[in-house]
Amino acid sequence: MSRDLRGRAAVVGVAESDLGQVAPGLTPLDLIGQATARALEDAGLTKADVDGLFTASSYHALAALDVAEYLGLRPRYFDGTNVGGSSFVSHLLHAATAIDAGLCEVALITYGSTQRSDGGKLVTPSAPFPYEAPYKPRYPISMYALATSRHMHEYGTTRTQLAEVAVAAREWARLNPKAFMRDPLTVDEVLGSRMISDPLTKLDCCLVTDGGGAVVLTSPERTRSLGKPPVFLLGAGEATWHRNMSAMPDLTTTAASESGPRAFAMAGLKPADVDVVELYDAFTINPILFLEDLGFCGKGEGGAFIGGGRIAPGGELPVNTNGGGLSYCHPGMYGIFLIIEAVRQLRGEGGDRQVPGSNVALVNGNGGTLSSQVTALFGTEATL
Amino acid sequence: MTSPAAAYREHLDRGELAFQECGSCGKAVFYPRVLCTECGSTELTWRSSAGLGTVYATTALHPRDKDPYNVALVDLDEGFRMMSRVEGVPAPDVRIGLRVRAAVVTQDDEPVVIFRPEEAA
Repeated sequence: MSRDLRGRAAVVGVAESDLGQVAPGLTPLDLIGQATARALEDAGLTKADVDGLFTASSYHALAALDVAEYLGLRPRYFDGTNVGGSSFVSHLLHAATAIDAGLCEVALITYGSTQRSDGGKLVTPSAPFPYEAPYKPRYPISMYALATSRHMHEYGTTRTQLAEVAVAAREWARLNPKAFMRDPLTVDEVLGSRMISDPLTKLDCCLVTDGGGAVVLTSPERTRSLGKPPVFLLGAGEATWHRNMSAMPDLTTTAASESGPRAFAMAGLKPADVDVVELYDAFTINPILFLEDLGFCGKGEGGAFIGGGRIAPGGELPVNTNGGGLSYCHPGMYGIFLIIEAVRQLRGEGGDRQVPGSNVALVNGNGGTLSSQVTALFGTEATL
Repeated sequence: MTSPAAAYREHLDRGELAFQECGSCGKAVFYPRVLCTECGSTELTWRSSAGLGTVYATTALHPRDKDPYNVALVDLDEGFRMMSRVEGVPAPDVRIGLRVRAAVVTQDDEPVVIFRPEEAA
């Protein structure tokens, strides 16, 4: 039985760097610097307070070292865990553990990427997998297309339902001044956009943008001297079952079916308790899979569940309230932006897209090709 | 010892699709490894697949200036899954559940396993 980490760490600062297409010459580390300075200011802390560093990068294999050097940090605890785009959600759990153990007191989680400025190709440090590469799948879209094909085959999920996920994300993005894509979007436009790896079209895919983010966590005791309302980590769980798509046991069930229950158990919560949901939507199939695997609906029901505007602004279950990777920002490893948005919603800082009365937020990070799943639950002080 | 990758390649060079079978629990293991992913045993024996399988998942890629091509996951009858492609039918027409048979072809001077629809008997 694990020690109870519920409420043992809280987010006190969040920020994005410049997003979208950043000024020429800015590097991923520059964006990390921007986001870090802004998140520390948001927290009312300074760089000298940071003694724990958590980071992952597609640009820097030894990211914790590059980032510590760039920022001028000498952390006493650092963690460069890289499990893909979910890494930063994983860092939440690791940081809470370190804070609770007294190994650090102020943890910085940070990320930056200039993927769009670098030519718009996914930057990946992964070597080609010799048992898949000869068939020339497009990484990662073809992997998600394979999972989508299977979900459609087993459960009758339709391309229209997938398109509804993209449209809901765009409706949220239209309420977010920082979102990259804010023009209206229709189901027909998604269905009619260029087919890339069927059944997924260009508009079933996340954006390719630049961007960075930073999240500052500390102990509940330390939050008392700080200005903004702390957002407590109530629970978190990790799971991975495969790396390569050909090794995924069942293409319609992700490891979020384990990471989710782990997070809910730690938090003492259930899906019905969640007010706002932030899911890693690299492709339109993702929210459908994760809503099923996290228990918001039954397996195979996700396509119908998201229909009728249920996850869109004004719907019963607000999902991806910043516009998601599909319409807001996706610099390659999106997970940190899930955390930033969840914290803003629980602080009531969502502006036009604020979900009124939000006390519990769920974040689900995804990494690789549905390979790593990390779930976190946040709550306001009222939930402790 | 012969590495798992080298042993697999030797079979491919003879036109065979090989997999490993666990001597302890019987699991079919693919891709080639030094231990069983089920029970952890290192007693793996090379087997030659009969090459018959079923399409488990499929996608057709649509490059801007080339013909579409298929990428599929195929479940072999011996109990392992691999990525490959189905040839002999238009890429978008490959369906989940299609019965297929393996063939070793040469691609960029390397032997590669592909599948073709198994004709109805």
